[in-house]
Amino acid sequence: MRNLIDIRDLSVKEIEELIAVADDIIENPEKYAEKCRHKKLATLFFEPSTRTRLSFEAAMYELGGNVLGFSEAQSSSAAKGESVADTVRTVSCYADIIAMRHPKEGAPLVASTASEVPIINAGDGGHNHPTQTLTDLLTIKRETGRLCNLTVGFCGDLKFGRTVHSLISALSRYTGIKIVLISPDELKLPGYIKEEALNANNIPYEQTTDLESVMPELDILYMTRVQRERFFNEEDYLRLKDSYILTPEKLKNAKQSLRILHPLPRVNEISREVDKDERACYFRQVRYGKYIRMALILMLLGVE
Amino acid sequence: MRIDEITNGIVIDHIKAGKGMQIYHFLKLGELDCPVAIIKNVNSHRMGKKDLIKVDTPMDIDLDVLGYIDAGITVNIIKDGKRVNKLNPTLPEKLVNVIKCKNPRCITTTEQEIDQIFKLTDKEKKVYRCAYCETKYSSD
Repeated sequence: MRNLIDIRDLSVKEIEELIAVADDIIENPEKYAEKCRHKKLATLFFEPSTRTRLSFEAAMYELGGNVLGFSEAQSSSAAKGESVADTVRTVSCYADIIAMRHPKEGAPLVASTASEVPIINAGDGGHNHPTQTLTDLLTIKRETGRLCNLTVGFCGDLKFGRTVHSLISALSRYTGIKIVLISPDELKLPGYIKEEALNANNIPYEQTTDLESVMPELDILYMTRVQRERFFNEEDYLRLKDSYILTPEKLKNAKQSLRILHPLPRVNEISREVDKDERACYFRQVRYGKYIRMALILMLLGVE
Repeated sequence: MRIDEITNGIVIDHIKAGKGMQIYHFLKLGELDCPVAIIKNVNSHRMGKKDLIKVDTPMDIDLDVLGYIDAGITVNIIKDGKRVNKLNPTLPEKLVNVIKCKNPRCITTTEQEIDQIFKLTDKEKKVYRCAYCETKYSSD
């Protein structure tokens, strides 16, 4: 039985297979409409989420399956003090597959040791969010036609952004990747990610505080939100939150083939005017998220 | 100072000077009711100074714990007054219930019954990370 707890649980070949299935779903949705008939997905969301939970539920419905679950810890037995392991052991008697989000880091790994059905990590605190990374990879592949030979810029909060860490880790397994890290000094990428993902795989990277100076070389610009909840000091948050606001002016020197991604939700880091630009693909990225989750559910359930 | 030779038990040798008490606590030697001796700052040709522990009863020794604290340690198994085995612990790939994760956001802080598991992620720098949240262990 397979789980997806960390993006590194999947080999490059398996990611390619998932992307190929997602591509086929996009081309031939009717072929997949009954693939999960009589199967049930449980969405155990111990903390609120809009996009991820709805994406999983939409994915399962589009495969002809059903969905059960809860969307906050207060409406589950966790409120009565039940352990994660016991909750999952119980739910695995009702469902064929479980997607789980939990504020505690490592909770999905604990769940996977207790469950009789596959567990998908739908986000555990600031730690991992592998289906967002799969979404990002599918988006890059669909929008540029490749996952190799790309210069990828990450902009904003590179210190606390789990989606940034996971995507860098995933991209470091491909060839011809160059990473450009754009952030204020206070929100730089942690040293251990540079060490373990970039240096260990000989991935060239540069760090800068100036977005416009590196814009012309980028194939992908991955924007992130500066998250208020990560700061102990409101003053620091207010000082940094507007560090990088992407506007049409800043895109003047960008390649026409540039693609702008964002894991969403955004606050003000991308001006609304940019939405009209063909290069902005963050809402298409949301749609791709549903397709890659459909492919993942099929893979973990062993449905051909 | 004279400590009697032991007949059946273990001698943990080549402990870095000052680490003896740490090993005593990690191996829970205080819970034994047999003679246990910690000898500190013994002169050593190889190390200058070293600590030494003698336990006067046969016992299973957790080599992972010793390897984690100091991979240079030697464990001598004594039977009928003679050394019958000499073990050299190595840096273990995995530590179970030896150290605790200090990340307040880690699932181990609320899911009390699960094992505290750490994995060796950098052998050269001796870095252990929590198996659940991947936080680097720091002894501070």
